[in-house]
Amino acid sequence: MPQTMSSRSVSDRSPPEADLARPRILVYGYGNPGRQDDGAGVAFVEELTAWARSGGRPWLTFDSNYQLNAEDALAAAAHDIVVFADASGDQDEDFLFRDLHPSAAVSFSTHAMSPESVIALSRELYGARPAAYLLTLRGYEWEPNAAMTAEARKNVSAAVKFITPFLDCPVGDVPVTR
Amino acid sequence: MSRKIVIEPVTRVEGHGKVTIRLNDEGEVEQTRLHIVEFRGFERFVQGRPYWEAPVLVQRLCGICPVSHHLAAAKAMDVIVGAGTGDGLTPAAEKMRRLMHYGQIFQSHSLHFFHLASPDLLFGYDSPPETRNVIGIIAANRELATQAVLMRKYGQEIIAATAGKKIHGTGAVPGGINKNLSIGERDALLKGPHPMNADAMVAFAQGALDFFKDYYAKHKVFIDTFSSFPSNHLSLVRPDGALDFYDGVLRAVDADGRTILHDVECQEYLAHIREEVRSWTYMKFPYLRHLGPEKGWYRVGPLARLNTAEFIPSPLAQAEFEGFRKVTGGKPNNMCLHTHWARLIETLHAAEMIRTLLNDADLQGNDLIVTGKRETEGIGIIEAPRGTLFHHYRVSPEDQIVMANLIVSTTNNNEPMNRAVNHVAKALMTKAREITEGMMNAVEVAIRAYDPCLSCATHAYGSMALKVSLLDAADNVIAQRIR
Repeated sequence: MPQTMSSRSVSDRSPPEADLARPRILVYGYGNPGRQDDGAGVAFVEELTAWARSGGRPWLTFDSNYQLNAEDALAAAAHDIVVFADASGDQDEDFLFRDLHPSAAVSFSTHAMSPESVIALSRELYGARPAAYLLTLRGYEWEPNAAMTAEARKNVSAAVKFITPFLDCPVGDVPVTR
Repeated sequence: MSRKIVIEPVTRVEGHGKVTIRLNDEGEVEQTRLHIVEFRGFERFVQGRPYWEAPVLVQRLCGICPVSHHLAAAKAMDVIVGAGTGDGLTPAAEKMRRLMHYGQIFQSHSLHFFHLASPDLLFGYDSPPETRNVIGIIAANRELATQAVLMRKYGQEIIAATAGKKIHGTGAVPGGINKNLSIGERDALLKGPHPMNADAMVAFAQGALDFFKDYYAKHKVFIDTFSSFPSNHLSLVRPDGALDFYDGVLRAVDADGRTILHDVECQEYLAHIREEVRSWTYMKFPYLRHLGPEKGWYRVGPLARLNTAEFIPSPLAQAEFEGFRKVTGGKPNNMCLHTHWARLIETLHAAEMIRTLLNDADLQGNDLIVTGKRETEGIGIIEAPRGTLFHHYRVSPEDQIVMANLIVSTTNNNEPMNRAVNHVAKALMTKAREITEGMMNAVEVAIRAYDPCLSCATHAYGSMALKVSLLDAADNVIAQRIR
């Protein structure tokens, strides 16, 4: 189940009204942590969860899995903003952050779904229109049974530093691409 | 001049596959092959690791069916720690594992039918790919799509509650389980707000079966004849002949229903099953040893399981099973697309068993792990959603894994999938002057019935053949090396 910061906050006090008025944000990392840098998206969420826990941010929800699938459309529909995080072996930049648009003409090509198709499913099935973004983290090695590379870890930390202001204040200028 | 048709990739199949169909000068189908182009040398990677890590490590194999690998490895390690092959576990441990496995079967079968198979049925395999998908399903049958999402989510929540987490679950450990099911977890799954509860899931599974049977009534000839061919069938069954996904003995029947493998204990599988290597693919071809590769190949999966089992130990699924068996007069069913029907009967059985188990107080037991006399070799076999899954390990006195051999469900179905491709190609492509979208899709539909997961189906890095081809600009092979 998604880990919601409201259920994991350090204080039992009710969140201030200002917090409740904020957009609800889901940060969803996917990939296989057993395949070295393929787990960068999941590591990104783990690092962010630790950061958010320290500040008690009830508007943030974190989740991760091996891949995206149909049921993730339900979680997306329950949020105003969704940030997907995935590893990439197909980019030169340390990380890229871009906005996503639902793709109705998806080809459901594997047992997993693309983030665009999850958003499309969320829209078609539940009438939800969350703003959606994809953060891709550059990976270097993809073998099973080994740890993430130091370079990929560095990229994860840099991306966390980049995204935290947005998660704390998701209004105004949205950083679309680094 | 002969022509070679290549269909790549096989869409809606996990991993990568390549199909080649060779036509001769007369335009007849001369040769068909399903190639595996991705491989993972996992067995090498677990060597040297402590045996107790195996149930978690093996989940690195595949993000599609990690629970099946988790449980198969745990069952093998039960043997290593002297806890037997399942009978030796405490009631809490065995039932928690079974609940986890039913959750996996339920979510996997639901996903396959609604998201991978139903678009083919609803729109026809000759319809455009851009509409033959889950988004298209919403437009055609919104209720079906909604239920599919909820069934998948419910199964995932069962897994999270029993395995501890969604990624790299730790629930099953050698000799047992590391947690029981709390009252809160039980109540959330058993009596959650509609429709996220066990009763609703049983009803959804029944609805899915009604959907299929309605479709079947209208398209009987297509469902009965598409890629149908006789084969042997193999699966675990409970010693009394009941369908059992988690444990039992190995049984195989031939196309006419004669028993050709008589309830073999899992620890003895190696005396009965062999794997053939062919130079043109990384994926092996398992067969029954006493019959040889030509006559001993078999199918696994939902269709095979309903052919080897004598009954289903849950009332609603049993009633459906009786209707299913009636179609073939009690004989084995060799009709490829009836696999979807069998899969839905199993989905209903899983939902019923989840409901039954959630009402069992043993799940709240605190006696979780047993140990006994340490062994050096262990075999764990389980019926994964896609079919029989074998895990075989040897462990050194220093507790390190020194040998691992895995036969995954998709590998067990290698020969039948190749035959399915051949059958469809001969039916649709002989004398064909062009290859239509519908023909290409038909090949994929035949493969998809087996729900293959090719990403974890191959062993490599050393022991398997590696084929390197040098092609010229016109795609003619000018050099080729196999090692």
